[in-house]
Amino acid sequence: MKSKNIILTVVVIAFVFVFAAAYIVDETEQVVITQFGKVIGTPKTEPGLYFKVPFIQNTNYFPKNLQIWDGDPGQIPTLDKTYLWVDAFARWKIVDPIKFFQTVNNTLSALGRLDDIIDPAVRNFITSHSLIETVRKSNRELDTFEIGLEDIMQEKRVSYRIATGREKITEGILKQAQPKLDKFGIELVDVKIKRVNYVEEVRNSVYARMIAERRQIAEKFRSEGKGEAQKIIGEKERDLKKITSQAYKTAQGIMGKADAEATVIFAKSYGMDPDFYSFTKTLEIYNQSLDEQNSLVLSTDSEFLKYLKGFSTKP
Amino acid sequence: MDLQDKLMNWDWEKLKQQQEGRSNVPPQMDELVKKFKKFKLPGGPILILILIALFLGSSMFYTIGVDEVAVVQRFGKYVRIGQPGLNFKLPAGIEKVTKVKVRRIYKEEFGFRTIRAGEQKTFSSEDSNVSLMLTGDLNVAVVPWIVQYRIKDPYNFLFKVKDVRGLLMDMSEAAMRLVVGDRSINEVISKREEIANEAEILLQKELDNAETGINIVTIEMQRTNVPEPVQPSFNEVNQATQEKEKLIYQAKEEYNKEIPAAIGEAERTVKVAEGYALDRVNRAKGDAERFAAVYEEYVKAKDVTRRRLYLEALKDLFPKLGKKYLIDQNQKNLLPILNLEKEKYGIEK
Repeated sequence: MKSKNIILTVVVIAFVFVFAAAYIVDETEQVVITQFGKVIGTPKTEPGLYFKVPFIQNTNYFPKNLQIWDGDPGQIPTLDKTYLWVDAFARWKIVDPIKFFQTVNNTLSALGRLDDIIDPAVRNFITSHSLIETVRKSNRELDTFEIGLEDIMQEKRVSYRIATGREKITEGILKQAQPKLDKFGIELVDVKIKRVNYVEEVRNSVYARMIAERRQIAEKFRSEGKGEAQKIIGEKERDLKKITSQAYKTAQGIMGKADAEATVIFAKSYGMDPDFYSFTKTLEIYNQSLDEQNSLVLSTDSEFLKYLKGFSTKP
Repeated sequence: MDLQDKLMNWDWEKLKQQQEGRSNVPPQMDELVKKFKKFKLPGGPILILILIALFLGSSMFYTIGVDEVAVVQRFGKYVRIGQPGLNFKLPAGIEKVTKVKVRRIYKEEFGFRTIRAGEQKTFSSEDSNVSLMLTGDLNVAVVPWIVQYRIKDPYNFLFKVKDVRGLLMDMSEAAMRLVVGDRSINEVISKREEIANEAEILLQKELDNAETGINIVTIEMQRTNVPEPVQPSFNEVNQATQEKEKLIYQAKEEYNKEIPAAIGEAERTVKVAEGYALDRVNRAKGDAERFAAVYEEYVKAKDVTRRRLYLEALKDLFPKLGKKYLIDQNQKNLLPILNLEKEKYGIEK
């Protein structure tokens, strides 16, 4: 019984030692071994089962995977004095766990350091660039709907040449912040601007501008409509005149030709004996133009009445 | 602790499993040790052994659903992927299983929130902060969108990034703002497809760079618009275009009302003229023919025909006439004797 107890005790103690000595490093972790506060050996960055000297050595776990840093959104004036609300974020990881362990110790205080370093960098870059640089990323031609304002837009475009653009600004922030983080064993993977917005007061004036801009476009459309309509009305007037005048022209031409033809016919026909023509025609006209309204006074020596006086052949 | 809370909110499932893996093992062992010490009954050790065997045995198999895979870690180190169905592993404490739903499509909403499926969407102030964006022409647009994604690489998904969903959210916003920042307000409103495509490419690139193991299925833009205070003025532009077209159509109506009628009238004028021409020529020909016919006969007996024509004409003419007065050829002056009213048919000699 006694020996069994001893064996049991030994086994238990052995178990305890083994468990105290063994530690697991996860895929997402890395471990720094310390012995009475002093760093021992190289950090364990590969996952798996490891052993240490129990009770004397301590394990210090640090994340190995990509960590998040979310900036404190704040108002920052741009180079052209527009107040912006800028919210940046960054990704970082611990590349040197020993340095990290010695300088910042844990991720929470690391985030504090990142605040101290990235926020000013963001601020520096925003304040040293104009608004448009932080918004745009290229000089892509925009479809701006500015009908009729081409001249003004041309000028604007020239002054709006993007020299840096947002991507380069964030790159710049990264480059400025990275050297300061080396001593913490931190690698900054990227810095991105999540949000850039106008601050409340600026936003309202931007809205006012947008409204004015749209109104102007609307008016343009309206007056275009009126102009277009007037043009059509004008066309109508012109076409009307054209049509009636052309018809008149054609009609007159036709009638003139007919008159001419008639004249030729008459001339040819009556030309055979103009005297006879005037004789017959005159008789005809008498017949047509004289009626009971007219009174006739005849002298007896007229050809018609000459027989009233006698029938001698001599007049 | 604050950080822990955050973590749990972000990725509750994953964390829970990780915690289980890490912290559960030592206490269990301590307990076992204690039990070991306490049991002094005969047969106790055998009971303990059976218990241990049961415990180990039960933790040696696990099932995986059809839409997921298992990531197996041995002492924290990734060893293999378990496929759907019943799977075996080494007992707890040695191998740990994390299930990842690789076939499920996850959805994140930006700038709006669906309350119920197919239901209305509200825009809270936080949401509007997400969707309010500066456009390339320095206007402000409201851009809500959704991102659908799948876990493509469970290894990267679990181990490479601390908070994959958080990163996805941040990156989506950054990518979308980058794309919208290079578009004018008109393009943001009218070319949603193009923006979604560009944002998708940009976002996928960033996610690959960060080794998130996430594959973007699609980015869909919701209704992009201008901020509410500006909307009436945008509608006004639409109205103005309508108005413009209306005015043009009205003018065209006027045109169409008058011009075809005028063309018809013009044709009438021409036809009338043609009629006149025909009439004129035909009459002329008729007159000419008549004249020619008469003349032909006249030539044969000039004098007598002349007389005849004259007399015939007078015969026709005389009865038509009103008063007729005959005056002697020697009478030079009418006034002293002639009572024109009284004598109706008087003939003076």
